[in-house]
Amino acid sequence: MTIDLILFLILALIAVATGLGMLLSQNAVYSALFLVLNFVTVAVFYLLLGAPFIAMAQITVYAGAIMVLFLFVIMLLGAERLPPSQALPWQRPLAIVLGLALAIEASFILLTKARPTGQIVPPSDAVNAVETVRQLGSVLFSRYLLPFEITSILLLVAMIGVIVLVKKEKWERQ
Amino acid sequence: MHLSEPLTTGFFFLAPWVVFFPLIGLLINIILGGRLPERAIGWIASAASGASFIVSVLLAWSLAAGGGHAVSVPFAEWIHIGNLKLDWTFRVDSLSSTMMLVVSGVGTLIHIYAIGYMHEDVRFKRDPGRFRRFFVFLNLFIAAMMILVSGDSYLMLFVGWEGVGLCSFLLIGFWYEMDTLGRPSWANSNAAKKAFITNRIGDFGFLIAGFIMFWAFGTFQFDEVFEQVHAIAPGIILAITLFMLVGVTGKSAQIPLYIWLPDAMAGPTPVSALIHAATMVTAGVYLIARSAPLYSSVPEAQNIVALVGALTALFAATIALGQYDIKRVLAYSTISQLGFMVSAVGMGAYVAGMFHLVTHAFFKALLFLSAGSVILGLERGHHHAEGAHGGDHGKGRKKAGKKKVESGHEAHGYDEHGEVFDPGDMRNMGGLRKTMPITFWLYVIGALALAGIFPLAGFWSKDEILLDARLHHPTVYWLLTVAAFFTAFYMGRQIWMVFFGEPRHQAAAHAEESKPIITAPLMVLAALSVVGGALNLPFEGFHHLGHWLEHTLHEVEALPLNLQVAGISTVLAILAILLSWFIYGRNPLKANQPDPLKRTLGFLFTGMENKWYVDELYQAIVVNPFVKLSHFLAETIDEKFWHDWFHEKVIAGTYNWLSNIALDRYADQRGIDALANGLGVWTQNLSVALRKIQNGFVRSYALSVLLGVVFILGYLILK
Amino acid sequence: MVPVEYYIILSAILFTIGVLGVLVRRNALVIFMSVELMLNAANLAFVAFARAHEVAAGASLFDGQIFVFFVIAVAAAEVAVGLALIVEIFKSKHSIDVDQMSSLKG
Repeated sequence: MTIDLILFLILALIAVATGLGMLLSQNAVYSALFLVLNFVTVAVFYLLLGAPFIAMAQITVYAGAIMVLFLFVIMLLGAERLPPSQALPWQRPLAIVLGLALAIEASFILLTKARPTGQIVPPSDAVNAVETVRQLGSVLFSRYLLPFEITSILLLVAMIGVIVLVKKEKWERQ
Repeated sequence: MHLSEPLTTGFFFLAPWVVFFPLIGLLINIILGGRLPERAIGWIASAASGASFIVSVLLAWSLAAGGGHAVSVPFAEWIHIGNLKLDWTFRVDSLSSTMMLVVSGVGTLIHIYAIGYMHEDVRFKRDPGRFRRFFVFLNLFIAAMMILVSGDSYLMLFVGWEGVGLCSFLLIGFWYEMDTLGRPSWANSNAAKKAFITNRIGDFGFLIAGFIMFWAFGTFQFDEVFEQVHAIAPGIILAITLFMLVGVTGKSAQIPLYIWLPDAMAGPTPVSALIHAATMVTAGVYLIARSAPLYSSVPEAQNIVALVGALTALFAATIALGQYDIKRVLAYSTISQLGFMVSAVGMGAYVAGMFHLVTHAFFKALLFLSAGSVILGLERGHHHAEGAHGGDHGKGRKKAGKKKVESGHEAHGYDEHGEVFDPGDMRNMGGLRKTMPITFWLYVIGALALAGIFPLAGFWSKDEILLDARLHHPTVYWLLTVAAFFTAFYMGRQIWMVFFGEPRHQAAAHAEESKPIITAPLMVLAALSVVGGALNLPFEGFHHLGHWLEHTLHEVEALPLNLQVAGISTVLAILAILLSWFIYGRNPLKANQPDPLKRTLGFLFTGMENKWYVDELYQAIVVNPFVKLSHFLAETIDEKFWHDWFHEKVIAGTYNWLSNIALDRYADQRGIDALANGLGVWTQNLSVALRKIQNGFVRSYALSVLLGVVFILGYLILK
Repeated sequence: MVPVEYYIILSAILFTIGVLGVLVRRNALVIFMSVELMLNAANLAFVAFARAHEVAAGASLFDGQIFVFFVIAVAAAEVAVGLALIVEIFKSKHSIDVDQMSSLKG
């Protein structure tokens, strides 16, 4: 039982617990806050996995921007809670059974067919971390330049799309 | 007999363009003509015809340079079935190139003339929109005629033969909703139908000839047919040639099928000149000349052809004596002259026939076009005179040109007395010599050429025919000589009636000369009518046409001038003209005065005037029985027997019983319906069950996706 | 020293939680969050594999991380458009219950 493993187990427990919290909260605001916690936990995993840049991106983009957006929309629409509904009575038990089956099957396949090997060692020092960010940047702007540019166009398109969607039509304004 | 040689040098590769230039012209006019001005339409059509003429000249030149050997230009495969090989091949030899030159040359001049003529005609008849249609038809005619003369087989010739028949029909019925005087009537379209149906009878003969030919020879190609002539029984060739003669009598207006040609004058005058005088009607003569090896091997057929031609020549000439319509006189004259040509080729004098064909094309086109000019002049005079009478349409003609319909201003019009003015009736003319001098002189040249006065073209060609007849066929000779006498007489009568004396109608008094676009082509034709005889002078070394055609016809005898024959015919012609002066020139006809010949000849003239009642005879012995038979077949046999009894009672009754009892009740209702309805019901039930799955809840759709994922993963694990 | 399998199992568990969220919850916004959770689970697996290969190879390999970077970018775009759609739907239906949006049933 190394310190790494203990750390992993604690963090894994937090991640699963916050995930379940998001799933089970009746209030959408609580769900969102649980999800923020989950994302931060995952960010810590990224740090442990030697990906400091991704960890920071996870916190700023996911936990910061995206989840703030979610909270904002929840507040805007006033849709924290929904009235109870009797539709689809079989949905929940079936979903749980199939979900468990999926988890078992996915783990089984990943562990047997994909056969990951090796131990994960956390990176040793902080200086090295800055160096990996620099290297990541150079790879991103050389080998992955085209996908990177396409990503920027994708974001632009999303932005324009959102504006068009939300914009009021002329007849609506009158 | 040599086969056509393969294409070697020269301009022979251009041969298909004699057909395709006119086609291009007509396509341009069909597609773009709606937006083009009249003048452009006319000149496009004329240029198309002119291009065809240039190609014909180049072909003739190449042919002459190549020693006159026939050349075949394969163009397209048409039908290949078993032994039957039909190709569209162009044949360029001296005979076909002569015809091409005549058709496209005269055709081009008439196109140009028609620009001016139709410009006025469509306005007098108040439908300027038909100008384009006229030139489309005219170009189509040139194309069809070129197919006829350039074909390398009897079948291609037949294709063109039918094509020109169609164009003839379309153009005779050009003003289909009126009669020749512009009154609403079906007279013009009836004339067109008459021409077409009469020609169908002739074409039927031609077709039978073609069937027998294929049965006996196994081919339609000219050279291949002619090569086998001596291997085939003469009886079969006799049948072929006689059936072909039926076709010739139809197309070239010979006894007994000539009756359509006078009625064909319902078409506009350029059509009468081009189709019904210069080119199409000579197709029969061309056919016999082309089939020279066939006819030469059966003298019986030759005799019959010669006699038919000679009889037609005389018979039509007598009718021409008694006609009052300027174009009808020329129409009967055309039939008569065609009779000359047919009897010439019938006697084996192919060169003389072709020679007369060429010169006749010149002077008869000239006469018809001049007659058209006279008619137009009278129309102008008529409108002018009407304008002078009633002040309100002072600028009558100009206005008529601009507007389609004008109140109180009829096209041909009814004058103040309610009578219809006929601008083609010679009794309305007189004294046109002064008002239309150019037309007068041109007409005189044409008339003298037709009458056979030395040294105009008609003299040489007619004398050659007469000389041949004199040597080979005395009966024909005398028939033709009398016909020639009548020819000179009726032309003299016409000249005196139309151009001399005093105007017998105010329209004639006010007639105006035609514009240069009308008179210029006439001058060219007049020049050709004067010098055309030089093609084949009966002197040693001057048999140009003879030597030229010798390459194709092979049995040409160059006859020297026979002073006796020439003398007799010249004296007779001059006598006839003097006689016509004595009757019509010395005491010019007065208005409403009956023809002086009527008094002299009595019932004979009445017969001539009424065309010897041939139309009535045909009506009585052919048309009426046919109509009665049709009625009997339609009403009794078809309606009562077939329709009412056999179809209604026997077939329909049985069928109804069968379908109601046997098929409907058992096979249909219990078998087919049950199957079809069962399928429908089953599908309906299935869809009622399946639509429950489509509940619209996105979560349950997602659940089914997950189900699928679980199954696929399970499969991958267990695999 | 953590075996990479543990990370993979954690990723699978998180992914399943996301799937269950999509299937069980009726609130469109929570469903959306569950989708984000699934994306995160996949990202975690990416980075874990990348690290495992790095350790095995003894050198820095960034392909897995860059993939995650792109996934985050796409997720951001997706969230923007998706939330706009939800707002629009709310405007017309006055609800974000996905069970209310069943007008396309057969």
